[in-house]
Amino acid sequence: MIDDFILYALLAGIALALVVGPLGSVVVWRRMAYFGDTLAHAALLGVALAVASDQLPMAGVGIIGVVMAALLFWLEKQRDLSTDTLLGILSHSALALGLIVLSVLQSQGFNINLMSYLFGDLLAVDQADLLLMYGSVLVILLVFSQILSSLISISANEELARIDGVAVEKIRFVFMILLALVVAVALKVVGILLITALLIIPAATARLFSKSPKQMVVMSVLVAIAAVVLGLYSSMKWDFPTGPAIVVSASFLFFISRLLNRSDT
Amino acid sequence: MSAASEQPAENMALLVADSIGYVIRGKTILTEVSLQVHHREIITLIGPNGAGKTSLIRILLGLTQASSGTVKRQNNLRVGYVPQGINVSDVMPLRVCDFLNVTGLYSVEQCQQMLAEVSCEYLLTSPIQNISGGEMQRVLLARALLKKPQLLVLDEPASGMDIIGQQGLYESIRNIRDKHDCGILMVSHDLHLVMAATDRVICLNTHICCTGHPDDVSEHPEYLKLFGDAIDGLALYSHHHDHEHDIHGNIVASEHCHSCEHNENAGDDHDHDHGRKATQDKK
Repeated sequence: MIDDFILYALLAGIALALVVGPLGSVVVWRRMAYFGDTLAHAALLGVALAVASDQLPMAGVGIIGVVMAALLFWLEKQRDLSTDTLLGILSHSALALGLIVLSVLQSQGFNINLMSYLFGDLLAVDQADLLLMYGSVLVILLVFSQILSSLISISANEELARIDGVAVEKIRFVFMILLALVVAVALKVVGILLITALLIIPAATARLFSKSPKQMVVMSVLVAIAAVVLGLYSSMKWDFPTGPAIVVSASFLFFISRLLNRSDT
Repeated sequence: MSAASEQPAENMALLVADSIGYVIRGKTILTEVSLQVHHREIITLIGPNGAGKTSLIRILLGLTQASSGTVKRQNNLRVGYVPQGINVSDVMPLRVCDFLNVTGLYSVEQCQQMLAEVSCEYLLTSPIQNISGGEMQRVLLARALLKKPQLLVLDEPASGMDIIGQQGLYESIRNIRDKHDCGILMVSHDLHLVMAATDRVICLNTHICCTGHPDDVSEHPEYLKLFGDAIDGLALYSHHHDHEHDIHGNIVASEHCHSCEHNENAGDDHDHDHGRKATQDKK
């Protein structure tokens, strides 16, 4: 007796959980949270451009994310500025540009529900969205499983990885592109503003219970699924906005596990 | 494994560096450095701080691009690298066995066996963040050896080890070479410890000051100029004698709990002088 829209919401949330766990783990290892934020800010520009050109918002977000990854990659090669400075530049430039495009669109009579992009619109997910999401999830996970060993190696020590023949630059770039795709998948579920939260909170929670990198990857998927279920449930029960409810559930799990773990030892 | 009776490619150097120059932000780190590393050769790179030792190693390994000159490595050369005290991220759960087998190419038994070879088998499932600096150097060595390297590059392999650990390590360098049948290039500050375990010394101070057999180099005027202060200590070095391990063991037992690296050499007549401690602290 579950309504279709709840089932779809659940399936969409689980799709996201399947990718934020693994990729979020790497984000935590490689301290890339700010890069996630940058992609999220740039996503607004992606949405605006997609609406302007009558394309799917998810596609716009994915493409802009890949462009941001490429820009960052290029700027990092010049080595005279640190990555956080570069990300600050990219992130806010993209956000400002996104706001300009949105305002131009609105003045031309486009009707854009900004809130649904900022905070997600999980209960409005339909079958076509699901298909697109699971397709993307499949591609992301396939590529991710191919590069996981290399990612672990790079995260442990980049130079040793290089000596061992890991194509460090290539792997880093591929990972950035995967992250851009994850942000696109997350758009409908938690929205632009809360994407980074779902990347890092389940992974950070899983860190506590993991002894090895691969264990952390699996655990963070489980934590993310729990957050989705809990968030969706509380959203139904108390009429909370769904995206924020999922993020708050994830934070709840994070703090509870820290507290419980403290009392254990 | 040690069926290395004849050298397969005896005349072909594993690695050839030709007039390497390295300049960074206008500062000359290396000029006109040429060297070759051959199969089964043990080369020690010595030189004062800032001499460019680590830069040279990084260039030879391909981690840094030289400003001029060329480095030729044998095709598909398998290189094992033991860097100087690396940091492994705290935020990643990583046991020693995960670190050893990050590529997924080895079995648990292989990892265990290699750890045993560096006297660290008890570390297999320890979180890598919990092990000491000296243990880390051993784990790094095990990791490098797992690759069955043709060339093993050690950057101050004894850093972080106590004196007994250092001595054990240098004594085992030759064994490593024989067992794993590889060329070894190492950087060291510990002149007196390293000299006995090396075929050729390269004394570096931006350029190559002198090179040759340890005995020759230690009398070379350039070498004496660079290491004049340490030479006083070296005089004691040539003072060989047998000694009781247990007496020594007792002296250091409080800070060192596993003296197993001594076992393989127990009974050997090796260089070990009591004056060394006095010169040990220049690192």
